[in-house]
Amino acid sequence: MDFFALLVVNGLLVGTLYSLIALGFVLIYKATDAINFAQGELVMIAGFFVAALIQLYRVPLAATVAIAVLAMMLLGFGIERVMLRPLIGRPVIAVIMATIGLAAILKGTGPLVWGAETKNLPLPIPEAPFLVNVLDVVVLVSPIQLVAAGVSLAFLAVFGYIFLRSRMGIAMRAVADSQQVAMAMGINVERYFALAWAMAGIVSALGGIIWGNLLGVDVHLALVGLKVFPVVILGGLDSIPGAVVGGLIVGVVEGVAAGYIDPYVGGGTKDFVPYLLMILALMVRPYGIFGKEIIERV
Amino acid sequence: MPVLALNNVEVIYDQVILVLKGVSLQVPEGGIIALLGANGAGKSTTLKAVSGLLRPERGAVTGGAIEFAGERIDTLPAHAIVRRGIVQVLEGRRIFEHLTTEENLIAGAHTRGDWGAIVGGLDMVYGYFPRLRERRDLKAGYLSGGEQQMLAIGRALMSRPRLMLLDEPSLGLAPRLVEEIFEIIQRLNREEKLTVLLVEQNATMALTIAHHGYVMETGRIVLDGDAATLRENEDIKEFYLGLTEVGSRKSYRDVKHYKRRKRWLS
Repeated sequence: MDFFALLVVNGLLVGTLYSLIALGFVLIYKATDAINFAQGELVMIAGFFVAALIQLYRVPLAATVAIAVLAMMLLGFGIERVMLRPLIGRPVIAVIMATIGLAAILKGTGPLVWGAETKNLPLPIPEAPFLVNVLDVVVLVSPIQLVAAGVSLAFLAVFGYIFLRSRMGIAMRAVADSQQVAMAMGINVERYFALAWAMAGIVSALGGIIWGNLLGVDVHLALVGLKVFPVVILGGLDSIPGAVVGGLIVGVVEGVAAGYIDPYVGGGTKDFVPYLLMILALMVRPYGIFGKEIIERV
Repeated sequence: MPVLALNNVEVIYDQVILVLKGVSLQVPEGGIIALLGANGAGKSTTLKAVSGLLRPERGAVTGGAIEFAGERIDTLPAHAIVRRGIVQVLEGRRIFEHLTTEENLIAGAHTRGDWGAIVGGLDMVYGYFPRLRERRDLKAGYLSGGEQQMLAIGRALMSRPRLMLLDEPSLGLAPRLVEEIFEIIQRLNREEKLTVLLVEQNATMALTIAHHGYVMETGRIVLDGDAATLRENEDIKEFYLGLTEVGSRKSYRDVKHYKRRKRWLS
């Protein structure tokens, strides 16, 4: 029982991190209809940048976070402006290929500039896990994961609020619904495309800091981006609540599966179970748990 | 002095297809102007040329000039044109399906600065379309066809336009609803001093509320005049009002023999 609870709790904590990264993907898909295959690489490059700031340039942590968030936001703006705006109106495949190219470029840039060896990304958070006792079920929780989950949930809440309640969010959803009509309403569609990429940049910066701390920074950090696809397919490609729920499900399922199956097969369960889940989800509910329903009036 | 003037406007799609071949028309301040014509005549393209919505369809104004209130607007992006007071209601009730009725309206007020203006705008729109108030929290995709058309017009009103470009507001609606919507357009014109450029297939309805009309065919204006004159015009009667010279309904057998349309092309 304790073992199961431990797996579930850890799964949930990791899941919030998946949700955070998936949020970047969802924001871009929602606003621009583009599938961003470079989300993991954005996280990776943010990790490299932060590690370099802290270790090479000795920038204090608070300033590092601020600089990283700002820099990733600008990178998001830049990517939209330079690479994606000329592709507006082109077939979806052009945009997809462009983001795959972007992924490769980012993957090369990190090691090129800052070196390929794995870097530490230390955060001033105690490492020793502590015991939590809820209803006689004892669970081991590590502080960094708790902090990460808190940050992720806070950001998800903020972005969710912006999207659902603010005028900016209404305009973004209007753009997602129909670009031409949004233009007819005086909405500067391109500006909202840029905004979506900037938001994805912010999310990537936070993801890079946290995942970089957990896994260490090298090109393999980009692999967390692979978890984005099961998360968003499960939750719904264009849904923020979907990103949250999908992230939690993937986190728990892979955690539990790995906990029980890995001892027999010697590892690797974590990598394929989410995709198994994704394929099942595509068969049963192709638009995800919270995906945009197709409105049909009869 | 017309508020909107098109002067010999040419539009080319995909850099090869010439869709408008020199369209000139004028919309006076406070008027309702009807733009009539068959499918593919270039009516919607004319509206989109004015509102700046050609670009996403790979179209461009390649000749002539479009002036609004004395200023050239044919090179401005769509959002800048809305800010200057022109708003287009696109053909086919293109509402934001996944937003609620009220969110649709708020999105329509995107160019307005403050919440006060939005609240005022909502009150005005709900005043004209009380049914929208009842449906304010419903996802717009689930509204009925008539309600969606009302929402599309109401949403356009939220930007407080001087000139509204209406593309086929009667499309696919029951006759009673069409009448209701045309009445509201007339009231908006009178009470809100809204200038209207109206594209319609339903020429009878359009010419009842319009002051002046233009007839388009294959990218050109072929006929224009005040609404009363157009209603009496033999060609209009025959091709758009569906009446023969004696005023009875036309039979299919006559349709096969018409030759008159050719007169306009010379």
